[in-house]
Order: sequence, then C-alpha cells, then structure tokens
Amino acid sequence: MLDYKPNIVLSNEEFNVVGKRPVRPDGADKVTGKARYSADMILPGMLHGRVLRSPHAHARIKSIDISKALAHPDVKAIITGSELTQFAGRASELVEGAMANMKFLSNNIMATDKALYKGHPIAALAASNAHVAEQALSLIEVEYEVLPPVMHAKDAMKEDSTLVHERLAAMTTASIRAGGILDDDDTANGTNIANRFDFTLGDIEEGFKQADVVVERDASTVAVHQGYIEPHSGTAMWHADGNLTIWSSSQGHFTVRENTARLVGIPVSKVNAIPMEIGGGFGAKLAVYCEPLAALLAKKADAPVKVTMSRTEVFEATGPTSGTNITVKLGATRDGKLTAAEAHLVFEAGAFPGSPVAGGAQCIMGAYDIPNAYIEGYDIVVNRPKTAAYRAPGSPAAAFCIEGAIDELAEKLGIDPIDFRLLNSAKEGTRRATGPLMPKVGFIETLEAAKAHPHYSATLEGPYRGRGVASGFWGNNSGPSSAVATVTPDGIVTLAEGSPDIGGTRATVSQQLAEVLDIPFEDVKPQIADTDSIGFTSNTGGSGVTFKTGIACITAAEDIKQQMRERASRIWEVSLDDVDYVDGGVQHKSDTELRLTFKQMAARQNNTGGPIVGRAGVNPGGAGPAIGTHIVDVEVDPDTGKVTILRYTALQDAGKAIHPSYVEGQIQGGVVQGIGWALNEEYFINDQGHMVNSSFLDYRMPVSLDLPMIDTVIVEIANPNHPFGVRGVGEVCIVPPMAAICNAIYNAIGVRLTSLPMNPGKILEAIWEKNGN
Amino acid sequence: MPEVWIPPRMQTLAGGREQVVIDGASVRQVVNNLEKAFPGMKDFLYDSEEDDLIAGIAVVVDGEVSQLGLLERVREDSEIHFLPAIGGGQSQIVN
Repeated sequence: MLDYKPNIVLSNEEFNVVGKRPVRPDGADKVTGKARYSADMILPGMLHGRVLRSPHAHARIKSIDISKALAHPDVKAIITGSELTQFAGRASELVEGAMANMKFLSNNIMATDKALYKGHPIAALAASNAHVAEQALSLIEVEYEVLPPVMHAKDAMKEDSTLVHERLAAMTTASIRAGGILDDDDTANGTNIANRFDFTLGDIEEGFKQADVVVERDASTVAVHQGYIEPHSGTAMWHADGNLTIWSSSQGHFTVRENTARLVGIPVSKVNAIPMEIGGGFGAKLAVYCEPLAALLAKKADAPVKVTMSRTEVFEATGPTSGTNITVKLGATRDGKLTAAEAHLVFEAGAFPGSPVAGGAQCIMGAYDIPNAYIEGYDIVVNRPKTAAYRAPGSPAAAFCIEGAIDELAEKLGIDPIDFRLLNSAKEGTRRATGPLMPKVGFIETLEAAKAHPHYSATLEGPYRGRGVASGFWGNNSGPSSAVATVTPDGIVTLAEGSPDIGGTRATVSQQLAEVLDIPFEDVKPQIADTDSIGFTSNTGGSGVTFKTGIACITAAEDIKQQMRERASRIWEVSLDDVDYVDGGVQHKSDTELRLTFKQMAARQNNTGGPIVGRAGVNPGGAGPAIGTHIVDVEVDPDTGKVTILRYTALQDAGKAIHPSYVEGQIQGGVVQGIGWALNEEYFINDQGHMVNSSFLDYRMPVSLDLPMIDTVIVEIANPNHPFGVRGVGEVCIVPPMAAICNAIYNAIGVRLTSLPMNPGKILEAIWEKNGN
Repeated sequence: MPEVWIPPRMQTLAGGREQVVIDGASVRQVVNNLEKAFPGMKDFLYDSEEDDLIAGIAVVVDGEVSQLGLLERVREDSEIHFLPAIGGGQSQIVN
C-alpha cells in the first residue's frame, strides 16, 4: 500500500526551484491583453488576404476566372494553386527520404486540379481591407465538375469506390511518410487505401488457444476538432533583398520556415519565422495553412499581407482528428493473465494520406504485457479535410476500444478492473507488441495510486449512476533543441530558446536553468526566439519541450557555470580545479574567503574575459513513455439520455513535475477535451459531405458549467534519462477519458456503447433497446 | 553480437527470420553487415543521399529511441529495432 498524500506521490527528491509553483513569466501580459497573438499583427501598408474555398466535397476544377476580381480597384493580388511550388509527389521518390509528401502539402494548402473536401482552398486574394477582400472573393468565377464524395473509410475501401486521388499508390509502412503518386509507367490501379501495415509478436493462434475467456469489441469514433481558441493566421512581408519575414503562431516556427520556403521556392535561410503567442494548438498547429498564401500574395502585391481564418474556416479546412473503426480481440486465462490480443485499426486520413493510425497501432497495447499479439493498421483517404495531430494522435480512439474490452474481460473473470490491469501491466523490460522492451515507466505505481485513492473506494449511491476506470499510454517524443542563456551585468539571465510555449514551458525550462545555476526563478527572463536568432529547435509536440528544451537549458546553465569558474580562477590566480560552483556562486575549494556570488561574478564579466553566454544545441534520447489511469463517476438521466460527470480523478506518471500546477493543468485540460470527445463533439456531415455544425454554437464543446473539478494525482517515477526525471505530460491525459466514461456508463445503465460521441440520443436508444422498447 | 529484430516487411529478405544476430559496434556497422548477410536490406533502411536512416524510420536500441541514428553505439548484447517514426510532428516517435 502506498503512503498516499495527495496530490503528488512517490516524489523522492526535493529541489529549490524544480517542483515549485512560480508565477509564469508570460502570465501578466496574457491576462492584461499585452501579449500579441498572430492575428494582432499590423504593419504599415498591410493588406488583408482571404481564401476562396470549394463549396463541394469533391469536384474537378474545370476553370478559374479571376479577371473580374482583379479589376476591382481595391484588390491588389490574386493567386491560385499553380503558383505554389508544384512537386511530383511520386511514391518512388519518397522512399529516398522524404518524411512528408510536399505535393500533398502543397495541394492541401491550395487545390490544383481537384477540390478534395468542402472548404479546400481554390484561390486567394489580397485587398486593402478584410471586408473588401471577403466581398471580392465572389468575383472569382470557378467552374466545377461536381463528383460524388466518399466520406467514410468503409466505403472508400471498397474496390468500386470513387477514388479521391486517381493515382494514389498503396504503401505498406507504418511510417508517418504520407504515401505518394504512382509512376506514369506503373500500371497499378489507384486506391483510397493509402497504407496498410502490421506488427506481430509471438504466436497469436497459440495465444488464443491458451485463453479461457475471449472478448471481442468493435468501436468507432468520428472526427472531432482540437477546438483551440485562436484561429490560424499568418502575416508575410518581403524585404528588398529578397528575404521574407513571417509572423504566425504555431507549434514549430522552424517548420513554418521550412514549409513556407519550399512552397514559395526560396532557401530556408531567406525566411525568418517569428513566433507569436499561441492560443492553443493541441497538435493541429504543427500544420501550415496561411503562411505560404500570405507570402505569395505579399510578393505579388509588393506589400505585407495577413491571412486570418474564421472559425468556420478552421473547422472546415484545418485538421480535425480521424474518424476510426477499430476491432479488438483479447484472450485471458481464468486467473486473469492476458494470453493474446489482436487489433485492427482503420483510420480516415482526410483528403491526403497520413492519419495517426500508426500512433494508435503502437499505443493500443502499450500499457500491457501481452505475449502474443497482432496489430494491423489502415490509412484511408476520404473527401474530408486532411487530419492533423490531436494530443496523443491515434491513441485515444485505440484506448476507447481496448479499454472497453479490458473492462469487459475483467468483469467476465470477476476481477476488479484495476487488479486486472495490475496483473497485466507493462513495466520496465516488458516486451511490447511492437517489439522493443519497455523503458522505465510507472504504470504499476499509477494503478496502485488509483486503487488507494479515496475516489475509488467512495460509495456511489443512486440509480443510473456508475463508475468507470480506464488507462492510457503514449510514447512521448524528443528532438533537436537549442538554448542561449546570456548573463546580464546585473546578474539576470536572459534565456532565448526555440520551443513555442503552448503549455507553460517558458516557466518549466527556466526553472531547470535556475535550478542548475542555483539562482531565483525570477532572475531568468525567457523568450521564444525567431528562426534567425536561435538554433534549430524541433516542434512543440510529443509532450517533448520540458524534456528536450529543459536539457538544452540545463546544458546552457552548465556552460555558464564553467565560464564563471574560469573567470574566478583568473581573478584569484588559482587553478581551475580549485574552483567550484556551489550555492549560486563560485568559490575556492579550500579558501572559503574566496567567493563571488552569481551577481558579483556577472558584474565583473566584461573585464574578466567578456560576456558570459551559455549555449546548447542538443538532441537527447530517452524521452520516456507516459501512462495514466482515470476514475470517473457518471449519472445518466434515463428520460433525456444526458450524462453528467459527477466526479473525475486522473492519475498520471509525470516522471518529475517541474511545475506541478502546469502538470495539473495539462491533465485537467486533456480530461476536459476527452469528456467533450466522449459525450458531445462530432463533425455532423450531410449527404453532400458538408459539415453542418462549423461554429462553436453548434459544435458542442464542454464549458465549465458542464464539469466538476477534475482531481489530479501526479505520480513521480523518475525518467532515468533526464537529470530531474522529467517525462512528458501533455498528451496521455486525453487517452483514457472516453473509455473511462464508456465503462462508467455501462456501470450505470448496463449497456456497453461502442461509438462516439455517447450523446443523449445514443444513450436513450441504448436504454430503450435494453428495456425492449 | 547485437540482436536485430527484423521489421515484418523485410523478413522475406532474411529467410523469414524475425531476429538475427549481426556484428557491429554502431547502428551503421550493423546496417552494413545486415546488407552483407541479407542483400537488399540496406535499401529499406539507408538513405544514401542523406547518409542517414531513411526518414520515417526510427532505430530503437535497448528500448530507447535513438536520436543519433546510424551514429548510435551498440553493445555486444544490444537489442536493435527499426520501427516507424510516427505522430503529428516531423520527428515524432512513439517509444
């Protein structure tokens, strides 16, 4: 039994700054309206860009006539898809190393021959103000040949299905690489099945023979959107020397630089991408939409151009997550040991290949020790907007399916669902279904914390009330990262780093730098530097910033410590080996009279060798996976089908919570998004393939009045690959909610629902069917 | 010698074997020796233009995704997997 002390358990190391809860450096500007987001950009002579979008889900573009729009006195530039750099996009070329198919990226930002989803950009124009731009779009005349859309994977996979791309090559790799186009001399037929792959472990048939109980479950989910508050926006300005400056909010301004440069056709060194504050992204702002269009319009108009999306455009033409169909079969012995598991995952990618099916496939069994396994994944193109990442991409839908099956299996075996998971939990050294051994992770400790939590043993009385449990797994991620820490003469450190701050990471990386230097958190001034001012830094994604950029800041701090030791040895005329950095300053190892504090050393830096600047460029491995277990109580209204969340507790291994408030915030945010995904959110698509609820009035996301306090428990099982034990926390928290709520609804009404959202209509139908009416 | 787990789509080149033992002190040496033992395998893994692993392939050494790729050192008893890199970002990988 754990010595349970809410809300951090198992923390075994205390620090001065790490693990504390300082006020975030960017907080005051954000709550007083001084922070600048992408749409806040205003430049002298700036024009406003607007995008003409396809009114059809699938149509051939026969002609585009821009002459009337161009004649408008306030319209300064018009572009069509052919003006973006065009790429062959052949599958045969992609295997030579392209991670993303630039043809698909280009064609998603603006169509050329076909419109592939409702809202697909067809043309864009820049005008003197936003209203004229909007009005002038109607002057662009487009002739379409409307084609039948294919909206669902099950239809798209049929042999006689309408093809989204007539020459799409089928791939057989679970890589993110987004497929390609068949060579001209390839006689193979095109397909909507962009990718198929599988993983095997052990002997699946033998595994099911060993099972005493077998459970099978089909589950489906529909597209949902990340729902960030800030719509996409990008502003571009060309300079006389041919350089281009871009202002936008994103989860990776180096990706903005790279993609814009390639689509505009200039070297990356000519683009400076300046990161603005970001009003949410959750994965979707890894993609680029507005920036290349703004750049091309600005070039044509010879003036700065800003392109900003409306909310409807965000819904219709950015990247929601996939609709999915997943089947799982699990086998276990009478004493509760899993012997075999089989999973088939079909994900809709949208109009271009590249759904998160590989993420779902690699996570679906990630939490468990299963000796025999088979996993198959399909990536299917349909006439919907190209999907984008959404918090632990692929894993939530996978968990919705398998965690329901785990719950059912535990029930059939008469084993408590947490005990069943404990019997089968993955731990360090477990062979994963995808092959590698599991690194150190706190699944067992998280489950034990869940079982010991007062919520789990609390009485839940009353009809139509139920409790559910589910777990979730996500791999986390690292990547290259840069930091430059400059010591000012008054002893402050200005920190430039390259990770857009989407979840409080200015604070968490500054805390790590302050901890190493043993200086107050308030003495670090962080900023997110533009691409001309800091070394390459990979995207803010994969819950990786506090890990990778944290290590960059730790390394830069160590660089400062070393430089201060060298300066002290010069001042005192002693050997470097005789100088230590301790307690926020340098001191002689044996002569305690010789000591300079950090601020004293800072004041003397210029006369002892010049400015002290700590630098780091790192690419650390070992991000360590993340795992969580959630407990939820629900009440179902039998007359309306409405589900009320009565109580929710989320427990998660954070490795080491650098800033516990931000870990709690991430967990609560993930849970809230999961509750919306579970109960309400969906793209309503009509028979013509049009989204009919593309506003926040009609797309029902949870608000504070819908929710109880989300209780959090941080379990700290240190990641051995980080100096403070950090593992990413931002994504895995959205993995368990849908399954946990589904299991709770089953506990309340006795019916296991198999599709999301579990909205009142579905609940009522389930109750009526169970009651035979 | 390090043990290499062969990805399913490359197993035909290895005579259907799921794991093979291959000499090498780095991932690069292992890949080169894989090619010697099973001709054609390097084409699935190696990008000659970039002198790196093919983009989209992650190498996992002893349970951890390597950020060094071909340059990663391996031990005599190391276990090596070549897995797809996945996720929303360009370098996202599920461990």
